[in-house]
Amino acid sequence: MKELFPMKQVNGFIFSLLLTVIALSVYFLDMSFSVAMTILLVTAFIQAGVQLILFMHAGESEDKSSIYTTTFYAISIALFTVFGSLLAMIWGYMF
Amino acid sequence: MEFFERFAIYHPSPLIYASMVAIGLVSIAIVVGITYFKKWGYLWNEWLTTVDHKKIGIMYIISALLMLFRGGADAIMMRLQTAVPDNSFLDAQHYNEVFTTHGVVMIMFMAMPFIIGLMNFIVPLQIGARDVAFPRLNAISFWLFFFGAMLFNVSFVIGGSPDAGWTNYYPLASNEFSPSVGVNYYNWALQISGIGTLMTGINFIATILKMRAPGMKLMKMPMFTWASLLTNVIIVFAFPVLTIALLMGTFDRQFGTNFFTSMNGGMDMMWANLFWIWGHPEVYILILPAFGIYSEIISTFSERNLYGYKSMVWSMVLISLFSFTVWLHHFFTMGQNAFTNSIFSITTIAIAIPTGIKIFNWLLTMWKGKIRFTVPMLYSIAFIPLFTIGGATGVMLGIASADYQYHNTMFLVAHFHNVIIPGVVFAVLAGFTYWWPKMFGFMLNEKIGKWAFWFLTIGFCLAFFPMYVTGLDGQARRMYTYSEATGFGPLNMLSFFGAGLMAIAFALIVYNVYYSFRHSPRNVGDDPWNARSLEWATHNPVPEYNFAVTPEVKSSQAFWDQKKHGHKLFDKEYEEIHMPNKSGVPFIMGVLFSIFGFSFIFAIWIGVILSAIGIFACMIHRTFEQVHGFHISVKEIKETEEKFGGADK
Repeated sequence: MKELFPMKQVNGFIFSLLLTVIALSVYFLDMSFSVAMTILLVTAFIQAGVQLILFMHAGESEDKSSIYTTTFYAISIALFTVFGSLLAMIWGYMF
Repeated sequence: MEFFERFAIYHPSPLIYASMVAIGLVSIAIVVGITYFKKWGYLWNEWLTTVDHKKIGIMYIISALLMLFRGGADAIMMRLQTAVPDNSFLDAQHYNEVFTTHGVVMIMFMAMPFIIGLMNFIVPLQIGARDVAFPRLNAISFWLFFFGAMLFNVSFVIGGSPDAGWTNYYPLASNEFSPSVGVNYYNWALQISGIGTLMTGINFIATILKMRAPGMKLMKMPMFTWASLLTNVIIVFAFPVLTIALLMGTFDRQFGTNFFTSMNGGMDMMWANLFWIWGHPEVYILILPAFGIYSEIISTFSERNLYGYKSMVWSMVLISLFSFTVWLHHFFTMGQNAFTNSIFSITTIAIAIPTGIKIFNWLLTMWKGKIRFTVPMLYSIAFIPLFTIGGATGVMLGIASADYQYHNTMFLVAHFHNVIIPGVVFAVLAGFTYWWPKMFGFMLNEKIGKWAFWFLTIGFCLAFFPMYVTGLDGQARRMYTYSEATGFGPLNMLSFFGAGLMAIAFALIVYNVYYSFRHSPRNVGDDPWNARSLEWATHNPVPEYNFAVTPEVKSSQAFWDQKKHGHKLFDKEYEEIHMPNKSGVPFIMGVLFSIFGFSFIFAIWIGVILSAIGIFACMIHRTFEQVHGFHISVKEIKETEEKFGGADK
């Protein structure tokens, strides 16, 4: 019976509910804009990771390594592009 | 009448009217010729509707060669205009249009399709597949590229050419400063062919990851296939940025939005930022397959296996990642602070390291090898020192503080031609000569090929090295003329002379195709170069089904193993082969897309709506279409194989 029970998925489900509650707290609690944005961003990325790994079965097929490689490649390019553009256009811009 | 006024040429000149007449006459001649020789059926059945990766590859290469001559004519016009001081052959506006067209045509419609054409032909053969993963999609890719290119090419006779540079920076490209429809042409031609390229990227990643012959692990793929895989990964990540940036530009110009304006919260420099987020990876999209081609050729003609296979693969992986981290070096002088510039300066210089590793790999492959100086090998050997010079000047430009001196001068122009011509153009010409017997079953004449090589190499040096000097002396790029007092005259004349030699070289290459078609012996066998990788294990020219039997592979040099180490590639009986059906829909979709683009450029909304309905109708048709492909029977395979003198099994 224990083998049949999808413990991982149930835990994942509870965890993602928890993440949602934390994200929702931003609306109800009084906090500064930057703290709120940080909470939202962090919970959003963890949430995406939980969905991808647990519920979209990223790590369960033969293509496991290529799925993770492309995901990391994509994420690193996205981060580079976004933060690089912010650096070029706002933070590091002199005029 | 008012309706037709919009099609009038924005900046007419006798040259443009002459080309208008020439285009008209050539089109009529082609139609009459095809009708006279009764070739319409052949054209439609064998080429326009084909989904065969080999034929699509050949069509890509033919289009690329045509575009090479289009872009080359632009180059000669520019060199002629600047050959002497105060020249009045072209005026400022016309010169702007010519350098813009030259840049776009050479990058998007010459270099890219040439590379993709070779990829189309060679990659499925190198991995032992019968076709790409999605043959129909491949045909759509080609026709979107082709009609995108045609759309771009009619711009100068209908409505006016784009004139804001191939980089198309805003606010220069906005309606205010570029009032003609030229930039609309730029937006839509690149959009349409860019979508085609994106599909190619997805198609080839799927092909290389999923359709390799049994035994071919990732680290046992030939180097050109590795290079193609990484190139297509870059395509998939870089091209969406261009798609969106072009769309934003279109909205700005045609619907009055404010993405790239300097008021109402718009940010004109955002275009430069987005353009180069795509544009720098684009540079590596061109050069990585070139590296792959050189690797194949150098190893074949040195009769040695590639030195440091793993380090070559890893350096290409690093390049493909780094290529996304350096784009800001294209606008060091746009107003960032020193800290920001330093970051991108360091990443830029860092990318020279994996590139340098590859240079040593090629040198060490040739070390103690039995070098044969064939035409492809000559191009590859000339590439190494010339590309290194281009790389070194690239590092110079990559130093942000020094870039304030070099930027926007002819020094920059010399640098990027120095990497693109010996890097990409030499590579595609080498690959073209090397794989020619694979495509057509006979060799290109070596003697004419060597003449062309020397004309091209010497012409290249004479055309571009003087620009380093005039650039350092302060000659700005994109200036249509200069005064005699600047002293730029003699060196620019030398450049023009060099460009003339290059033109002769390209004419010789075309003559070589004609000469070899007439005179070359047809019995060259299946292995005219004593080659190493899997694509040479089948016949020349390649039969429709590529390999009669799926090969079983043990290393990246499967064919060499078969010849020298007694490894059996084909150890199975003939089986029925399942092939994809041909289809006219991709061609029709290409036509519809070009009508869509053309109507959008001139804001003829009825044409936009009708062609969009047509495009969706094609997609719906495809969704509900029942095609199961066709089978080639064992008897037919046997007959074909016997015609080639029997399979070596």
